[in-house]
Amino acid sequence: MRTGAETRIAAPVEAVWALAADPANALGFMSGVTRWEAVGEIPAGLGARYRMLFRIGSAEIGGLIEIVEWDEPSEFAWTSVTGIDQRGRFRLRSAPGGATQAEFRLAYGIAGAGLSGWIAERIAAPTVSAHVRRSLQQLRRLTENEQARERAVAHRAPRPA
Amino acid sequence: MAQTDLAGSPRRNGHDGPAAPGPPPALGRPSIVSRILRQVADQVQARVPRAGLEERDPDFIRERLPMLWLLSSLWFRGEVRGLGNVPDDGPVLLVGNHSGGNMTPDTLVFTLAFNTYFGVERSFYQLAHNPMLSMPALAWLRRFGTVAASPANARRALRSGAALLIYPGGEHEVHRPSWQSDRVDFGGRKGFIRLALQEHAPIVPVVSIGGQETALFLTSGERLARRLALDRMFRLTALPISLALPWGLNVGDMLGHLPLPAKITVETLPAIDLRAEFGEHPDVDEVYDHLLCAMQETLDALAAERRLPLLG
Repeated sequence: MRTGAETRIAAPVEAVWALAADPANALGFMSGVTRWEAVGEIPAGLGARYRMLFRIGSAEIGGLIEIVEWDEPSEFAWTSVTGIDQRGRFRLRSAPGGATQAEFRLAYGIAGAGLSGWIAERIAAPTVSAHVRRSLQQLRRLTENEQARERAVAHRAPRPA
Repeated sequence: MAQTDLAGSPRRNGHDGPAAPGPPPALGRPSIVSRILRQVADQVQARVPRAGLEERDPDFIRERLPMLWLLSSLWFRGEVRGLGNVPDDGPVLLVGNHSGGNMTPDTLVFTLAFNTYFGVERSFYQLAHNPMLSMPALAWLRRFGTVAASPANARRALRSGAALLIYPGGEHEVHRPSWQSDRVDFGGRKGFIRLALQEHAPIVPVVSIGGQETALFLTSGERLARRLALDRMFRLTALPISLALPWGLNVGDMLGHLPLPAKITVETLPAIDLRAEFGEHPDVDEVYDHLLCAMQETLDALAAERRLPLLG
């Protein structure tokens, strides 16, 4: 099953990337995520591994994931190593007016689960889609607030005489 | 799922251990009825599968997770809290209160949550009593990591570094009347504490509520089981009587029943390192009282959250 969402963020790509690609922010903007912690020696970037869990229905579902694409500042993607099968991708593209078009895609499932897997994926789909949409909304809010804060700091800074 | 007499001598139940010491031999020639009953008991016990650790199959579990998720999320509206209290690795003894008759919905909800939280790669076993393992329809439980309740299996699981779920109350607790739903009752069984001490495994209490609302349990029928000598012949210490779907009056619960869709809530408490909390040589009775008190307080809190039976 695959789901995705897009949004326009009023901030340059580099600013969105700085927040989205920092694993320390994952719990802050990723809706439904209850755990996102680095496993291994690479804290971020290509090859970094994280143990992540989403709350879906009665269980926290996820597993060990690995970053398999890292194209700064426009795209990163992960795939599952253990746990449920999943692929996730953030795509950031420059948009007119100094904005960013952000897209979050998530594909998930359990190979070999048969009919029960097919049904479970579809029943979980509205919840997963809502988490994906909300994650992007929270990323937009976080980035735009950060931009506003930086502008305020710059505005308050003493000007040269 | 069941308790095991971990402090006692190992009994023959289809796996390791010498033959169980039966009742003292009667003087004189046994009656034809008792000989027939003994033969039936031997036949039944011979059919109890070994149910060892090696039968656990992570791929099988993984492929069944969606089915469990559907049951847990849609039917029981399961909610498992505090799994972060379970140590991330190493042996751990999960000690739960048990509810819901032979269908044990609390185990289903917890097993799903544990396997999705830690991954099917982490070894996780559950002890079960013989009637459960003998039901042909429940043979798949063994591939899920359900093993025969015996001291040998429990020790082997912990020595392999696995998480082991046990229900000290066993049959005594799981069939208790529905109006005692908010009571933790291990029946004074303390063998699990000695096991944790011997194997240096922390104990993680697991408290659940809702299972006793999946049918109207009337009595565990322990006295009846003794009167009918079921305990000596089949190791059945209870002959529960309940009102359950689709049977109506359900005696024995041997064929299981269709559980009502009661909300199941499970709370996992912080791990207890027995030697760190109770000294180098902990008093088993003191540990038992402490554990029971902590679990009862949690169960009281969970019961207070519930507004209506079934709905939660």
